[in-house]
Amino acid sequence: MHPLIRLVARRIALGILLLLAASVLIFAGTEVLPGDVASAILGQGATEKTLANLREALGLDRPAVVRYFEWLGGVLQGDLGTSLTNRRDIATTLAGRMSNTLFLAFWAAVIAVPLAILLGLVAVRYQGRWPDKLISGTTLASISVPEFLLGYIAAFFLAVQFKLLPSVATMHGGMDLGDKLMAIALPVLVLVLTVLGHMMRMTRAAILNVMQSAYIETAELKGLSPFAVIARHALPNAIAPVVNVVMINLAYLVVGVVVVEVVFVYPGMGQYLVDHVAKRDVPVVQACGLIFAAVYIGLNLLADLISIIANPRLRHPK
Amino acid sequence: MKDELNYILARTVAGKQSRRAFLGRAGALGLSAAMANSMLASAVQAAGPVKGGTLIMGLGGGESTNSLDPALAASQVPFHLLRTTGETLVDTTASGELDFRAAEAVESTPDAKTWMFKIRKGIEFHNGKTLTPDDVLMTLQRHADQNSQSGAYGIMQGIESMKVDGDYVAVTLATANADLPYLMSDYHLQMQPGGGMENPADGIGAGCYKVVVDEPGVRHVFEKHANYWDSSRGHYDSVEFVVINDPTARMAALQSGQIHIANRVEPKVAQMLATVPGIQVKNVSGRGHYVFIMHCNTAPFDNKDLRLALKYAIDRQEMVEKILQGYGSVGNDIPINAAYPLFDETLEQRAFDLEKAAFHYKASGHDGSPIVLRTSEVAFPGAVDAAALFQQTAAKAGIPLEIKREPGDGYWSDVWNAQPFCASYWGGRPVQDQMYSTAYLSTADWNDTRFSSAEFDSLLLAARGELDLAKRKGMYGQMARILQDEGGLICPMFNDWIEGVSDKVQGWVADGVQEVMNGLAPQKTWLA
Repeated sequence: MHPLIRLVARRIALGILLLLAASVLIFAGTEVLPGDVASAILGQGATEKTLANLREALGLDRPAVVRYFEWLGGVLQGDLGTSLTNRRDIATTLAGRMSNTLFLAFWAAVIAVPLAILLGLVAVRYQGRWPDKLISGTTLASISVPEFLLGYIAAFFLAVQFKLLPSVATMHGGMDLGDKLMAIALPVLVLVLTVLGHMMRMTRAAILNVMQSAYIETAELKGLSPFAVIARHALPNAIAPVVNVVMINLAYLVVGVVVVEVVFVYPGMGQYLVDHVAKRDVPVVQACGLIFAAVYIGLNLLADLISIIANPRLRHPK
Repeated sequence: MKDELNYILARTVAGKQSRRAFLGRAGALGLSAAMANSMLASAVQAAGPVKGGTLIMGLGGGESTNSLDPALAASQVPFHLLRTTGETLVDTTASGELDFRAAEAVESTPDAKTWMFKIRKGIEFHNGKTLTPDDVLMTLQRHADQNSQSGAYGIMQGIESMKVDGDYVAVTLATANADLPYLMSDYHLQMQPGGGMENPADGIGAGCYKVVVDEPGVRHVFEKHANYWDSSRGHYDSVEFVVINDPTARMAALQSGQIHIANRVEPKVAQMLATVPGIQVKNVSGRGHYVFIMHCNTAPFDNKDLRLALKYAIDRQEMVEKILQGYGSVGNDIPINAAYPLFDETLEQRAFDLEKAAFHYKASGHDGSPIVLRTSEVAFPGAVDAAALFQQTAAKAGIPLEIKREPGDGYWSDVWNAQPFCASYWGGRPVQDQMYSTAYLSTADWNDTRFSSAEFDSLLLAARGELDLAKRKGMYGQMARILQDEGGLICPMFNDWIEGVSDKVQGWVADGVQEVMNGLAPQKTWLA
């Protein structure tokens, strides 16, 4: 068997074990939190009697271990179950939320990744001169400002003052692609600013690292333009660390954007998860947790694969 | 000049020119902006409601966990959803009278024990079925059921039996209650076909608008119920709720014109919002109040002098100014204010008095160990700051308060109604009896001050059966005095409802029973 295929198979098997472990941790975590779904639903209006009624109706009076294995059995058969709080089918609701999350992440990534790499290349080309300083300075500033503040600043100027873009990014089925892109313009802008700096700086650092190599000098000596040297000779050799950082940021765009979702009222998975954690709605938390964990594991696997393929020494191990 | 003014006024009301253009022209004709504005507003009101259009409300207080089941509603968005799509037997008007909805009349036996609701004919559910007395009976039975999880379960407990009698639904109580019709205005008690026994969360109601899109925690869209019985309500073709829990995002959406009405405007931004062109801040004094509650049966709060010392040591005026930014009124250590029917105006206002506080503190013989006050941001907006203000004024009277900040998660299960001294809030109730029965009767489930007074209890029960209003008012006055002096409730302030409303929304009326015109903005307002 080709070593690459063996690697993938091994990593997928490990990934499944990791997912199981994650589900146990999430379940235990929600059990440890104070209060349960019944007291969270009823809130200040709870009485002993209504609490007991609701616990019995939701099956919360049974031991946690039993509930976990029932849930696991369902998931293995492809059934994510129903939400405890509003008794809706989790898979259907989650599918809509997930497609929204992926839609936002996709457009943010489509803009941010090429832009970050291009800016990284430009920064290396003019290293130590004003374009480098300008790019480094602005991207550093944009990652240093908390996302919610960036969001509010963008909303204040672009939505409230100049009324160019909507501040509420509501998504629903009746919108065409143009409407949707318009709606997510502000959140995409904020997300791009948040992830740009990290990827751009890693690109710059990784390329600068290989710029010291002998073959770069050779390329320069044979008369290639400085930009061609960087793009054709330095970048391919710096791809492994860049891909790793890109993947971390892609994962972040999928799982870590709850703050941006709240600021722009975007119906993604983050807000959905937070609502259900607050209500101790374990099946939903489990389902979201599994998806988030799978995204991380999958993207990491992809990053490793790309680094191996990009590196002939790893591609053909002795 | 007058003719020209009338002409441009008529054009503006008819929507042929913008409000801004009108103000400009009126200014050119020598009118001040304020005069022109009020002239326009009265002309628009006089022209009557405009039909059509879509009202978009940006609401905080909705989660993706919300259900359409009326029994399970607890936060703001489900409240508005039920008020928009449902119909109760009766409703409460802003001035505290009964407004007959699904019931067109109510009669009682002289002992106030049996109440007969005459069910209105010709009310149609959203699924085309006609509302019958049986539907009413089954709805009430579902909420009164032993195994119910309904938010209205508590108020249904006094009911002994219910039955259908021709066009009437008869409700018989175990003990007399002159306020029973008011209890039926609870927003959980929405009529459902078959009482919602089979599928309580199907969203089928008998209200003004019907559910078209239901995405909990995101948006809810309603369209006009064509066969709604009350033609004086429901001027919009459709209504949309956008759930915006982040207060800053809600204000941004209002200012950028994406929504017409925003609920829960924070007091600290209300004054700034009022200066934004095209937006009005509406505030109305409500019945909701922010409280610090002591358990009357737990040391050291089992000492009446210590309770009084703490009551005198709080500066209510400062709280209203600093926590509510003036959007509220001072409390008087009872859960009732002038917004309630039968309120006793002669009750003396408790003053901030450090000398009396120090006197009672000394008389209590407290050992001087710090008194722990638990608070959290979820207790009420500004609860942490309010506790700090309380700590400072108490310290001036020599009373050592120690603030313990609790996490918002689990506050309502682990701290409120469990710990002896904490911050909390109460929403209003339609009548005094219900407020007192919910939380101050010694046997009440939610007696969060562990208050127990035989005299208070017997007055409360006697007042329920008293159909003579003057006598009842006297009884409520007596109860208020007992609670004010002996109770475990420190009530520094009643909070206003504050909403941000676009100038386009017309027909707004002040109604403080609950927020956003008691949830009736979609039914009573229209777009100019």
